[in-house]
Amino acid sequence: MSVDADTVRRIAHLARIKVTASEVPHLQGELNAILSFVEQLSEVDVAGVEPMTSVMPMEMKKRVDVVNDGEIPDDIVKNAPATDNHFFLVPKVVE
Amino acid sequence: MTALTSLTLAEAREGLAKKSFTSLELTDAHLKAMEEARALNAFVLETPDQARAMAREADSRIIKGDGGPLAGIPLGIKDLFATKGVRTTACSKILGDFVPTYESTVTAQLWRDGAVMLGKLNNDEFAMGSSNETSCFGPVANPWRREGSTTTLVPGGSSGGSASAVAALLCMGATATDTGGSIRQPAAFTATVGIKPTYGRCSRWGIVAFASSLDQAGPIARSVRDAALLLRSMAGHDPKDTTSVDAPVPDYEAAVGRSVKGMKIGIPKEYRLDGMPAEIEKLWSEGAAWLKAAGAELVEVSLPHTKYALPAYYIVAPAEASSNLARYDGVRYGLRVPGGSISDMYENTRAAGFGAEVRRRVMIGTYVLSAGYYDAYYLRAQKVRTLIKKDFEELFAKGINAILTPATPSAAFGLGEKGGGDPVEMYLNDIFTVTVNMAGLPGIAVPAGKDAQGLPLALQLIGKPFDEETLFSLGEVIEQAAGRFTPERWW
Repeated sequence: MSVDADTVRRIAHLARIKVTASEVPHLQGELNAILSFVEQLSEVDVAGVEPMTSVMPMEMKKRVDVVNDGEIPDDIVKNAPATDNHFFLVPKVVE
Repeated sequence: MTALTSLTLAEAREGLAKKSFTSLELTDAHLKAMEEARALNAFVLETPDQARAMAREADSRIIKGDGGPLAGIPLGIKDLFATKGVRTTACSKILGDFVPTYESTVTAQLWRDGAVMLGKLNNDEFAMGSSNETSCFGPVANPWRREGSTTTLVPGGSSGGSASAVAALLCMGATATDTGGSIRQPAAFTATVGIKPTYGRCSRWGIVAFASSLDQAGPIARSVRDAALLLRSMAGHDPKDTTSVDAPVPDYEAAVGRSVKGMKIGIPKEYRLDGMPAEIEKLWSEGAAWLKAAGAELVEVSLPHTKYALPAYYIVAPAEASSNLARYDGVRYGLRVPGGSISDMYENTRAAGFGAEVRRRVMIGTYVLSAGYYDAYYLRAQKVRTLIKKDFEELFAKGINAILTPATPSAAFGLGEKGGGDPVEMYLNDIFTVTVNMAGLPGIAVPAGKDAQGLPLALQLIGKPFDEETLFSLGEVIEQAAGRFTPERWW
Protein backbone atom coordinates (compact mmCIF):
# COMPACT_ATOMS: atom_id res chain seq x y z
CA MET A 1 0.00 0.00 0.00
CA SER A 2 1.18 3.54 -0.60
CA VAL A 3 -0.20 6.97 0.19
CA ASP A 4 -1.05 9.80 -2.21
CA ALA A 5 -0.74 13.53 -1.57
CA ASP A 6 -4.34 13.84 -0.34
CA THR A 7 -3.79 11.03 2.16
CA VAL A 8 -0.61 12.74 3.43
CA ARG A 9 -2.63 15.92 4.08
CA ARG A 10 -5.39 13.93 5.77
CA ILE A 11 -2.93 12.07 8.05
CA ALA A 12 -1.22 15.36 8.93
CA HIS A 13 -4.56 16.84 9.93
CA LEU A 14 -5.46 13.74 11.98
CA ALA A 15 -2.08 14.04 13.71
CA ARG A 16 -2.66 17.81 14.19
CA ILE A 17 0.58 18.72 12.44
CA LYS A 18 0.46 21.60 9.94
CA VAL A 19 2.16 20.76 6.65
CA THR A 20 2.74 23.24 3.85
CA ALA A 21 2.06 22.35 0.22
CA SER A 22 5.79 22.25 -0.47
CA GLU A 23 6.37 19.66 2.30
CA VAL A 24 3.80 17.18 0.97
CA PRO A 25 5.81 15.51 -1.86
CA HIS A 26 8.83 14.99 0.41
CA LEU A 27 6.70 13.53 3.24
CA GLN A 28 4.85 11.35 0.76
CA GLY A 29 8.16 9.85 -0.43
CA GLU A 30 9.35 9.18 3.12
CA LEU A 31 6.08 7.69 4.32
CA ASN A 32 5.96 5.43 1.27
CA ALA A 33 9.54 4.28 1.87
CA ILE A 34 8.54 3.22 5.39
CA LEU A 35 5.28 1.63 4.22
CA SER A 36 7.07 -0.35 1.53
CA PHE A 37 9.61 -1.54 4.13
CA VAL A 38 6.86 -2.84 6.48
CA GLU A 39 5.03 -4.44 3.53
CA GLN A 40 7.08 -7.65 4.00
CA LEU A 41 4.91 -8.47 7.03
CA SER A 42 2.17 -9.51 4.63
CA GLU A 43 4.14 -12.68 3.78
CA VAL A 44 3.92 -13.94 7.42
CA ASP A 45 1.22 -16.53 8.14
CA VAL A 46 -0.61 -15.09 11.15
CA ALA A 47 -3.68 -17.33 10.96
CA GLY A 48 -4.78 -18.27 14.47
CA VAL A 49 -2.09 -16.10 16.13
CA GLU A 50 -3.22 -13.93 19.04
CA PRO A 51 -2.07 -10.30 18.80
CA MET A 52 0.30 -9.36 21.61
CA THR A 53 -1.32 -7.15 24.24
CA SER A 54 1.23 -7.46 27.04
CA VAL A 55 4.86 -8.41 26.46
CA MET A 56 5.28 -9.81 29.99
CA PRO A 57 2.36 -11.86 31.26
CA MET A 58 1.03 -10.01 34.30
CA GLU A 59 -2.19 -9.26 36.14
CA MET A 60 -3.34 -5.69 35.81
CA LYS A 61 -2.49 -4.20 39.17
CA LYS A 62 -5.18 -2.35 41.05
CA ARG A 63 -4.89 0.04 43.93
CA VAL A 64 -7.26 1.00 46.71
CA ASP A 65 -9.77 3.60 45.50
CA VAL A 66 -8.64 6.47 47.68
CA VAL A 67 -7.43 10.02 47.04
CA ASN A 68 -3.64 9.80 47.34
CA ASP A 69 -2.51 12.89 45.48
CA GLY A 70 -3.71 16.40 44.75
CA GLU A 71 -3.85 19.91 46.23
CA ILE A 72 -1.02 20.93 43.91
CA PRO A 73 -2.63 23.35 41.43
CA ASP A 74 0.48 25.55 41.38
CA ASP A 75 2.55 22.56 40.26
CA ILE A 76 -0.02 21.55 37.64
CA VAL A 77 -0.05 24.91 35.86
CA LYS A 78 3.60 25.76 36.52
CA ASN A 79 4.82 24.92 33.00
CA ALA A 80 1.75 26.06 31.06
CA PRO A 81 2.26 28.70 28.36
CA ALA A 82 -0.89 30.66 29.34
CA THR A 83 -2.86 30.45 32.58
CA ASP A 84 -5.24 32.54 34.63
CA ASN A 85 -5.92 31.76 38.29
CA HIS A 86 -5.06 28.04 37.98
CA PHE A 87 -6.91 27.64 34.66
CA PHE A 88 -5.25 26.79 31.34
CA LEU A 89 -6.02 29.44 28.70
CA VAL A 90 -6.80 28.39 25.11
CA PRO A 91 -8.19 30.20 22.05
CA LYS A 92 -11.97 30.60 22.22
CA VAL A 93 -13.64 27.21 21.53
CA VAL A 94 -17.34 27.95 22.13
CA GLU A 95 -19.03 31.08 20.76
CA MET B 1 42.85 15.15 39.53
CA THR B 2 42.37 13.74 36.03
CA ALA B 3 43.30 10.28 37.26
CA LEU B 4 40.06 10.20 39.26
CA THR B 5 38.02 10.26 36.08
CA SER B 6 39.66 7.12 34.74
CA LEU B 7 38.50 4.91 37.62
CA THR B 8 35.64 2.50 37.15
CA LEU B 9 32.59 3.08 39.32
CA ALA B 10 33.53 0.01 41.38
CA GLU B 11 37.07 1.37 41.92
CA ALA B 12 35.73 4.80 42.86
CA ARG B 13 33.36 3.22 45.37
CA GLU B 14 36.34 1.52 46.99
CA GLY B 15 38.40 4.72 47.03
CA LEU B 16 35.54 6.63 48.64
CA ALA B 17 35.04 3.93 51.26
CA LYS B 18 38.77 3.96 52.08
CA LYS B 19 38.66 7.78 52.18
CA SER B 20 41.44 7.95 49.55
CA PHE B 21 39.47 10.87 48.09
CA THR B 22 36.14 12.57 48.69
CA SER B 23 33.04 12.64 46.53
CA LEU B 24 33.57 16.38 46.14
CA GLU B 25 37.03 15.74 44.65
CA LEU B 26 35.65 13.00 42.40
CA THR B 27 32.74 15.22 41.34
CA ASP B 28 34.98 18.24 40.67
CA ALA B 29 37.27 16.11 38.51
CA HIS B 30 34.30 15.09 36.38
CA LEU B 31 32.87 18.63 36.21
CA LYS B 32 36.24 19.79 34.90
CA ALA B 33 36.31 16.99 32.32
CA MET B 34 32.79 18.01 31.21
CA GLU B 35 33.87 21.63 30.77
CA GLU B 36 36.83 20.57 28.65
CA ALA B 37 34.70 18.25 26.53
CA ARG B 38 31.93 20.64 25.49
CA ALA B 39 32.93 20.02 21.87
CA LEU B 40 31.35 16.56 22.19
CA ASN B 41 27.96 18.16 23.00
CA ALA B 42 27.17 15.22 25.29
CA PHE B 43 25.59 17.32 28.03
CA VAL B 44 22.65 19.59 27.23
CA LEU B 45 22.59 20.97 30.78
CA GLU B 46 25.39 20.98 33.35
CA THR B 47 24.30 21.19 37.00
CA PRO B 48 27.60 21.88 38.84
CA ASP B 49 26.06 23.58 41.90
CA GLN B 50 23.62 20.75 42.47
CA ALA B 51 26.41 18.22 41.85
CA ARG B 52 28.66 19.79 44.48
CA ALA B 53 25.82 20.03 47.00
CA MET B 54 24.95 16.35 46.45
CA ALA B 55 28.65 15.41 46.70
CA ARG B 56 29.02 17.24 50.06
CA GLU B 57 25.90 15.49 51.33
CA ALA B 58 27.31 12.12 50.18
CA ASP B 59 30.64 12.88 51.86
CA SER B 60 28.95 13.57 55.18
CA ARG B 61 26.91 10.37 54.86
CA ILE B 62 30.05 8.36 54.04
CA ILE B 63 31.76 9.72 57.19
CA LYS B 64 28.74 8.66 59.24
CA GLY B 65 28.88 5.23 57.63
CA ASP B 66 25.44 5.33 55.99
CA GLY B 67 26.56 6.15 52.46
CA GLY B 68 24.36 3.87 50.35
CA PRO B 69 25.51 1.64 47.48
CA LEU B 70 26.28 4.52 45.10
CA ALA B 71 27.32 7.12 47.67
CA GLY B 72 29.22 9.98 46.09
CA ILE B 73 29.30 8.53 42.53
CA PRO B 74 28.81 11.24 39.87
CA LEU B 75 26.39 10.24 37.10
CA GLY B 76 24.89 11.75 33.97
CA ILE B 77 21.14 11.59 33.36
CA LYS B 78 19.59 11.22 29.91
CA ASP B 79 17.31 14.19 29.27
CA LEU B 80 14.35 11.81 28.97
CA PHE B 81 14.21 11.37 32.77
CA ALA B 82 12.19 13.99 34.66
CA THR B 83 14.39 15.64 37.28
CA LYS B 84 12.68 17.82 39.86
CA GLY B 85 13.53 21.48 39.44
CA VAL B 86 15.96 20.73 36.58
CA ARG B 87 15.00 21.38 32.94
CA THR B 88 13.90 18.21 31.13
CA THR B 89 13.24 18.45 27.40
CA ALA B 90 13.60 15.02 25.74
CA CYS B 91 15.78 17.17 23.43
CA SER B 92 12.63 18.47 21.73
CA LYS B 93 11.72 22.09 21.09
CA ILE B 94 8.14 21.24 22.00
CA LEU B 95 9.05 20.76 25.67
CA GLY B 96 10.88 24.10 25.62
CA ASP B 97 11.97 25.00 29.11
CA PHE B 98 9.89 22.35 30.88
CA VAL B 99 10.93 22.11 34.54
CA PRO B 100 9.38 19.06 36.22
CA THR B 101 7.84 19.41 39.67
CA TYR B 102 8.52 15.70 40.27
CA GLU B 103 11.38 13.21 40.00
CA SER B 104 11.36 10.02 37.89
CA THR B 105 11.36 6.84 39.97
CA VAL B 106 14.62 5.56 38.47
CA THR B 107 16.56 8.76 39.22
CA ALA B 108 14.93 9.06 42.66
CA GLN B 109 16.32 5.59 43.46
CA LEU B 110 19.80 6.62 42.32
CA TRP B 111 19.69 9.68 44.64
CA ARG B 112 18.30 7.48 47.43
CA ASP B 113 21.43 5.34 47.05
CA GLY B 114 23.72 8.38 47.27
CA ALA B 115 24.58 9.12 43.61
CA VAL B 116 25.44 12.65 42.45
CA MET B 117 23.88 14.30 39.37
CA LEU B 118 26.36 16.05 37.05
CA GLY B 119 23.80 17.17 34.47
CA LYS B 120 21.41 16.15 31.69
CA LEU B 121 22.59 14.23 28.64
CA ASN B 122 21.80 14.70 24.98
CA ASN B 123 19.62 12.19 23.11
CA ASP B 124 17.68 11.87 19.87
CA GLU B 125 14.45 13.89 20.06
CA PHE B 126 11.96 11.82 22.11
CA ALA B 127 14.51 8.96 21.79
CA MET B 128 13.64 8.60 18.09
CA GLY B 129 16.86 7.96 16.25
CA SER B 130 19.97 5.80 16.02
CA SER B 131 22.65 8.48 15.70
CA ASN B 132 21.72 11.30 18.10
CA GLU B 133 21.35 13.57 15.07
CA THR B 134 17.66 14.38 15.69
CA SER B 135 18.24 16.25 19.00
CA CYS B 136 17.10 19.89 19.04
CA PHE B 137 20.42 20.65 20.78
CA GLY B 138 22.38 19.33 17.81
CA PRO B 139 24.32 16.12 17.31
CA VAL B 140 26.72 14.49 19.78
CA ALA B 141 30.25 13.59 18.72
CA ASN B 142 31.60 10.11 19.35
CA PRO B 143 34.88 10.34 21.32
CA TRP B 144 36.14 7.58 18.99
CA ARG B 145 37.57 8.45 15.57
CA ARG B 146 38.92 6.28 12.80
CA GLU B 147 42.68 5.85 13.09
CA GLY B 148 44.47 8.74 11.39
CA SER B 149 41.19 10.57 10.65
CA THR B 150 39.56 13.67 12.11
CA THR B 151 36.08 12.88 10.71
CA THR B 152 33.42 13.24 13.40
CA LEU B 153 31.50 10.02 13.98
CA VAL B 154 28.07 9.62 15.59
CA PRO B 155 27.90 7.97 19.03
CA GLY B 156 24.76 6.06 18.05
CA GLY B 157 21.36 6.75 19.50
CA SER B 158 19.10 7.50 21.00
CA SER B 159 21.24 7.50 24.19
CA GLY B 160 24.16 9.13 22.33
CA GLY B 161 24.94 11.66 25.04
CA SER B 162 25.01 8.93 27.69
CA ALA B 163 27.35 6.73 25.66
CA SER B 164 29.64 9.57 24.59
CA ALA B 165 29.93 10.97 28.14
CA VAL B 166 30.71 7.57 29.69
CA ALA B 167 33.25 6.71 26.95
CA ALA B 168 34.95 10.12 27.24
CA LEU B 169 35.20 9.71 31.05
CA LEU B 170 32.92 12.70 31.77
CA CYS B 171 30.70 10.72 34.16
CA MET B 172 31.13 7.38 35.95
CA GLY B 173 27.93 6.00 34.48
CA ALA B 174 24.72 7.24 32.92
CA THR B 175 21.04 6.49 32.74
CA ALA B 176 19.68 5.61 29.32
CA THR B 177 16.54 4.18 27.76
CA ASP B 178 16.06 1.54 25.08
CA THR B 179 12.99 1.18 22.84
CA GLY B 180 14.59 -0.57 19.85
CA GLY B 181 18.29 -0.54 20.68
CA SER B 182 18.86 2.92 22.15
CA ILE B 183 21.09 1.66 25.01
CA ARG B 184 22.90 -1.20 23.27
CA GLN B 185 23.67 0.39 19.88
CA PRO B 186 25.31 3.56 21.32
CA ALA B 187 27.16 1.40 23.88
CA ALA B 188 28.48 -0.69 20.97
CA PHE B 189 29.58 2.43 19.04
CA THR B 190 31.55 3.82 22.02
CA ALA B 191 33.05 0.70 23.70
CA THR B 192 30.86 1.09 26.78
CA VAL B 193 28.64 -1.51 28.44
CA GLY B 194 24.88 -1.06 28.10
CA ILE B 195 22.08 -3.26 29.38
CA LYS B 196 18.39 -3.10 28.53
CA PRO B 197 16.72 -5.04 31.32
CA THR B 198 13.56 -7.13 31.00
CA TYR B 199 10.40 -5.11 30.31
CA GLY B 200 8.96 -4.26 33.73
CA ARG B 201 12.28 -4.45 35.60
CA CYS B 202 12.64 -0.64 35.90
CA SER B 203 9.79 1.78 36.47
CA ARG B 204 8.88 3.95 33.50
CA TRP B 205 7.27 6.57 35.77
CA GLY B 206 8.69 10.01 35.09
CA ILE B 207 10.44 8.97 31.86
CA VAL B 208 9.19 10.84 28.79
CA ALA B 209 7.17 8.19 26.94
CA PHE B 210 7.99 7.10 23.38
CA ALA B 211 6.50 3.59 22.86
CA SER B 212 5.19 2.37 26.20
CA SER B 213 5.16 -1.38 25.47
CA LEU B 214 8.82 -1.28 24.40
CA ASP B 215 10.51 1.46 26.51
CA GLN B 216 12.85 0.34 29.30
CA ALA B 217 15.45 2.23 31.32
CA GLY B 218 18.93 0.85 31.90
CA PRO B 219 22.49 1.99 32.53
CA ILE B 220 25.46 2.72 30.25
CA ALA B 221 28.68 2.08 32.15
CA ARG B 222 32.44 1.63 31.91
CA SER B 223 32.44 -2.08 32.79
CA VAL B 224 30.10 -5.03 33.22
CA ARG B 225 30.45 -4.75 37.01
CA ASP B 226 29.59 -1.03 36.91
CA ALA B 227 26.47 -1.78 34.86
CA ALA B 228 25.44 -4.40 37.45
CA LEU B 229 25.90 -1.89 40.29
CA LEU B 230 23.84 0.77 38.53
CA LEU B 231 21.02 -1.56 37.48
CA ARG B 232 20.58 -2.77 41.04
CA SER B 233 19.77 0.78 42.13
CA MET B 234 17.63 1.63 39.07
CA ALA B 235 15.48 -1.53 39.14
CA GLY B 236 12.57 -2.39 41.38
CA HIS B 237 8.84 -2.35 41.77
CA ASP B 238 6.97 0.95 41.58
CA PRO B 239 3.23 1.14 42.25
CA LYS B 240 3.10 4.22 39.99
CA ASP B 241 3.91 2.08 36.91
CA THR B 242 1.36 -0.71 36.49
CA THR B 243 3.76 -2.57 34.16
CA SER B 244 6.59 -2.60 36.68
CA VAL B 245 7.09 -6.07 38.12
CA ASP B 246 6.70 -6.75 41.81
CA ALA B 247 9.70 -9.04 42.26
CA PRO B 248 12.84 -8.68 44.39
CA VAL B 249 15.92 -7.14 42.73
CA PRO B 250 18.86 -9.57 42.87
CA ASP B 251 22.38 -8.53 43.83
CA TYR B 252 23.53 -8.27 40.22
CA GLU B 253 27.14 -7.64 41.21
CA ALA B 254 27.25 -11.12 42.77
CA ALA B 255 26.63 -12.55 39.29
CA VAL B 256 29.75 -10.83 37.89
CA GLY B 257 32.51 -13.42 37.88
CA ARG B 258 30.15 -16.34 38.55
CA SER B 259 30.97 -19.49 36.55
CA VAL B 260 29.25 -19.98 33.20
CA LYS B 261 30.30 -23.63 33.02
CA GLY B 262 27.65 -25.84 31.46
CA MET B 263 25.52 -22.94 30.18
CA LYS B 264 23.97 -23.47 26.75
CA ILE B 265 24.48 -20.46 24.47
CA GLY B 266 22.46 -20.18 21.26
CA ILE B 267 24.04 -18.84 18.06
CA PRO B 268 21.06 -17.83 15.87
CA LYS B 269 21.72 -18.44 12.17
CA GLU B 270 19.27 -15.69 11.14
CA TYR B 271 21.67 -13.05 12.52
CA ARG B 272 24.25 -14.01 9.88
CA LEU B 273 23.28 -11.37 7.31
CA ASP B 274 24.26 -11.26 3.65
CA GLY B 275 26.97 -8.70 3.21
CA MET B 276 27.82 -8.53 6.91
CA PRO B 277 31.37 -7.19 7.37
CA ALA B 278 33.89 -10.01 7.84
CA GLU B 279 35.17 -8.26 10.96
CA ILE B 280 31.81 -8.63 12.67
CA GLU B 281 31.59 -12.26 11.66
CA LYS B 282 35.08 -12.78 13.12
CA LEU B 283 34.20 -10.95 16.35
CA TRP B 284 31.15 -13.16 16.76
CA SER B 285 33.22 -16.37 16.40
CA GLU B 286 35.78 -15.00 18.84
CA GLY B 287 33.06 -14.26 21.39
CA ALA B 288 31.71 -17.79 21.00
CA ALA B 289 35.23 -19.18 21.50
CA TRP B 290 35.70 -17.15 24.71
CA LEU B 291 32.45 -18.45 26.16
CA LYS B 292 33.37 -22.00 25.14
CA ALA B 293 36.77 -21.65 26.82
CA ALA B 294 34.91 -20.59 29.98
CA GLY B 295 32.97 -23.85 29.91
CA ALA B 296 29.79 -22.87 28.06
CA GLU B 297 28.31 -25.02 25.33
CA LEU B 298 27.61 -23.35 21.99
CA VAL B 299 24.53 -24.44 20.04
CA GLU B 300 23.42 -23.36 16.57
CA VAL B 301 19.78 -22.24 16.90
CA SER B 302 17.04 -20.72 14.77
CA LEU B 303 14.84 -17.66 15.43
CA PRO B 304 12.78 -17.87 12.23
CA HIS B 305 10.86 -14.58 12.58
CA THR B 306 13.94 -12.40 13.15
CA LYS B 307 13.68 -10.57 9.81
CA TYR B 308 10.15 -9.41 10.61
CA ALA B 309 11.07 -7.77 13.93
CA LEU B 310 12.22 -4.46 12.45
CA PRO B 311 9.24 -3.94 10.11
CA ALA B 312 6.83 -4.90 12.92
CA TYR B 313 8.64 -2.46 15.19
CA TYR B 314 8.15 0.36 12.67
CA ILE B 315 4.41 -0.15 13.00
CA VAL B 316 4.09 -0.75 16.75
CA ALA B 317 6.54 1.95 17.94
CA PRO B 318 5.17 4.81 15.77
CA ALA B 319 1.59 3.79 16.65
CA GLU B 320 2.32 4.06 20.36
CA ALA B 321 4.34 7.24 19.80
CA SER B 322 1.50 8.94 17.93
CA SER B 323 -0.74 8.25 20.89
CA ASN B 324 1.81 9.21 23.58
CA LEU B 325 2.82 12.42 21.81
CA ALA B 326 -0.78 13.62 21.48
CA ARG B 327 -0.23 15.30 24.86
CA TYR B 328 2.03 17.96 23.31
CA ASP B 329 -0.72 20.36 22.37
CA GLY B 330 0.55 23.75 23.51
CA VAL B 331 -1.91 23.90 26.41
CA ARG B 332 -0.46 22.33 29.54
CA TYR B 333 3.29 22.69 29.08
CA GLY B 334 5.98 23.51 26.57
CA LEU B 335 5.83 25.44 23.35
CA ARG B 336 2.73 27.21 22.07
CA VAL B 337 2.48 28.75 18.62
CA PRO B 338 -0.71 30.86 18.36
CA GLY B 339 -3.38 30.20 15.74
CA GLY B 340 -6.80 31.54 14.84
CA SER B 341 -8.70 28.55 16.25
CA ILE B 342 -7.69 25.98 18.86
CA SER B 343 -7.12 23.47 16.04
CA ASP B 344 -4.78 25.92 14.25
CA MET B 345 -2.96 26.45 17.53
CA TYR B 346 -2.45 22.66 17.93
CA GLU B 347 -1.29 22.26 14.34
CA ASN B 348 1.08 25.24 14.40
CA THR B 349 2.53 24.21 17.76
CA ARG B 350 3.18 20.62 16.72
CA ALA B 351 4.60 21.61 13.31
CA ALA B 352 7.06 24.02 14.92
CA GLY B 353 7.82 21.94 18.02
CA PHE B 354 8.47 18.48 16.56
CA GLY B 355 11.53 17.79 14.42
CA ALA B 356 11.36 15.99 11.06
CA GLU B 357 11.88 12.44 12.39
CA VAL B 358 9.27 12.85 15.14
CA ARG B 359 6.72 14.31 12.68
CA ARG B 360 7.35 11.39 10.33
CA ARG B 361 6.85 8.77 13.04
CA VAL B 362 3.75 10.44 14.48
CA MET B 363 2.26 10.50 10.98
CA ILE B 364 3.10 6.83 10.28
CA GLY B 365 1.59 5.92 13.63
CA THR B 366 -1.53 7.94 12.93
CA TYR B 367 -1.89 6.23 9.56
CA VAL B 368 -1.48 2.63 10.80
CA LEU B 369 -4.05 3.24 13.55
CA SER B 370 -6.56 5.00 11.31
CA ALA B 371 -9.90 3.51 10.30
CA GLY B 372 -9.52 0.95 7.52
CA TYR B 373 -5.80 0.34 8.11
CA TYR B 374 -5.72 -0.79 11.74
CA ASP B 375 -6.18 -4.51 10.96
CA ALA B 376 -3.82 -4.59 7.99
CA TYR B 377 -0.98 -2.88 9.82
CA TYR B 378 -1.26 -2.60 13.60
CA LEU B 379 -3.12 -5.84 14.36
CA ARG B 380 -0.92 -7.84 11.99
CA ALA B 381 2.25 -6.35 13.54
CA GLN B 382 1.05 -7.31 17.03
CA LYS B 383 0.47 -10.88 15.80
CA VAL B 384 3.96 -10.98 14.29
CA ARG B 385 5.23 -9.76 17.65
CA THR B 386 3.64 -12.80 19.31
CA LEU B 387 5.52 -15.04 16.84
CA ILE B 388 8.84 -13.28 17.53
CA LYS B 389 8.41 -13.84 21.26
CA LYS B 390 7.44 -17.48 20.67
CA ASP B 391 10.72 -18.07 18.76
CA PHE B 392 12.65 -17.12 21.91
CA GLU B 393 10.35 -19.02 24.28
CA GLU B 394 10.89 -22.22 22.32
CA LEU B 395 14.67 -21.89 22.61
CA PHE B 396 14.55 -21.19 26.34
CA ALA B 397 12.21 -24.18 26.80
CA LYS B 398 14.88 -26.34 25.14
CA GLY B 399 17.39 -25.34 27.82
CA ILE B 400 19.16 -22.46 26.07
CA ASN B 401 20.42 -20.05 28.79
CA ALA B 402 21.29 -17.08 26.56
CA ILE B 403 21.83 -16.08 22.95
CA LEU B 404 24.99 -14.52 21.50
CA THR B 405 24.77 -12.12 18.53
CA PRO B 406 26.63 -9.11 17.15
CA ALA B 407 25.29 -5.87 18.69
CA THR B 408 25.24 -3.81 15.49
CA PRO B 409 25.69 -4.49 11.76
CA SER B 410 28.58 -1.96 11.55
CA ALA B 411 30.87 0.25 13.60
CA ALA B 412 30.06 3.95 14.17
CA PHE B 413 29.46 5.97 11.00
CA GLY B 414 30.01 9.61 10.11
CA LEU B 415 27.71 12.54 10.89
CA GLY B 416 25.13 12.97 8.13
CA GLU B 417 26.19 9.74 6.44
CA LYS B 418 22.95 7.79 6.86
CA GLY B 419 19.22 8.25 6.44
CA GLY B 420 19.36 11.46 4.41
CA GLY B 421 17.38 10.11 1.46
CA ASP B 422 15.65 7.06 2.90
CA PRO B 423 14.75 6.91 6.61
CA VAL B 424 14.85 3.09 6.47
CA GLU B 425 18.66 3.19 5.95
CA MET B 426 19.00 4.57 9.50
CA TYR B 427 16.42 2.17 10.93
CA LEU B 428 18.51 -0.84 9.81
CA ASN B 429 21.04 -0.02 12.56
CA ASP B 430 18.72 -1.64 15.08
CA ILE B 431 18.32 -4.91 13.20
CA PHE B 432 20.08 -6.99 15.91
CA THR B 433 18.71 -5.17 18.94
CA VAL B 434 15.03 -4.60 18.12
CA THR B 435 13.95 -8.25 18.47
CA VAL B 436 14.79 -8.04 22.17
CA ASN B 437 12.38 -5.13 22.74
CA MET B 438 9.65 -6.82 20.73
CA ALA B 439 9.96 -9.88 23.01
CA GLY B 440 10.45 -7.86 26.22
CA LEU B 441 13.73 -9.68 26.99
CA PRO B 442 16.93 -8.41 28.62
CA GLY B 443 19.92 -7.70 26.36
CA ILE B 444 23.45 -6.49 27.10
CA ALA B 445 26.04 -5.02 24.73
CA VAL B 446 29.65 -5.65 25.73
CA PRO B 447 32.72 -4.26 23.90
CA ALA B 448 34.56 -7.12 22.23
CA GLY B 449 37.11 -5.70 19.83
CA LYS B 450 37.95 -3.13 17.17
CA ASP B 451 37.57 -3.03 13.43
CA ALA B 452 40.45 -2.42 10.98
CA GLN B 453 39.99 1.35 11.36
CA GLY B 454 40.31 1.14 15.13
CA LEU B 455 36.63 1.61 15.91
CA PRO B 456 34.97 -0.37 18.69
CA LEU B 457 32.65 -3.31 18.00
CA ALA B 458 30.43 -5.13 20.48
CA LEU B 459 28.61 -8.37 21.07
CA GLN B 460 25.09 -8.72 22.38
CA LEU B 461 23.83 -11.33 24.82
CA ILE B 462 20.09 -11.93 25.07
CA GLY B 463 18.66 -13.56 28.20
CA LYS B 464 15.53 -15.11 29.62
CA PRO B 465 12.96 -12.79 31.19
CA PHE B 466 14.28 -11.42 34.51
CA ASP B 467 17.56 -13.33 34.15
CA GLU B 468 19.85 -10.32 33.88
CA GLU B 469 22.24 -12.16 36.22
CA THR B 470 23.22 -14.67 33.51
CA LEU B 471 23.94 -11.76 31.15
CA PHE B 472 26.26 -10.16 33.71
CA SER B 473 28.10 -13.49 34.22
CA LEU B 474 28.53 -14.07 30.47
CA GLY B 475 29.30 -10.38 29.82
CA GLU B 476 32.11 -10.53 32.35
CA VAL B 477 33.67 -13.48 30.47
CA ILE B 478 33.71 -11.37 27.28
CA GLU B 479 35.10 -8.32 29.10
CA GLN B 480 37.87 -10.38 30.72
CA ALA B 481 38.84 -11.85 27.34
CA ALA B 482 38.51 -8.71 25.21
CA GLY B 483 39.69 -6.13 27.75
CA ARG B 484 38.33 -2.60 28.09
CA PHE B 485 38.77 0.15 25.52
CA THR B 486 39.28 3.90 26.02
CA PRO B 487 39.36 6.44 23.19
CA GLU B 488 42.39 8.65 22.66
CA ARG B 489 41.58 12.17 23.77
CA TRP B 490 41.32 14.74 20.94
CA TRP B 491 38.76 17.17 22.33
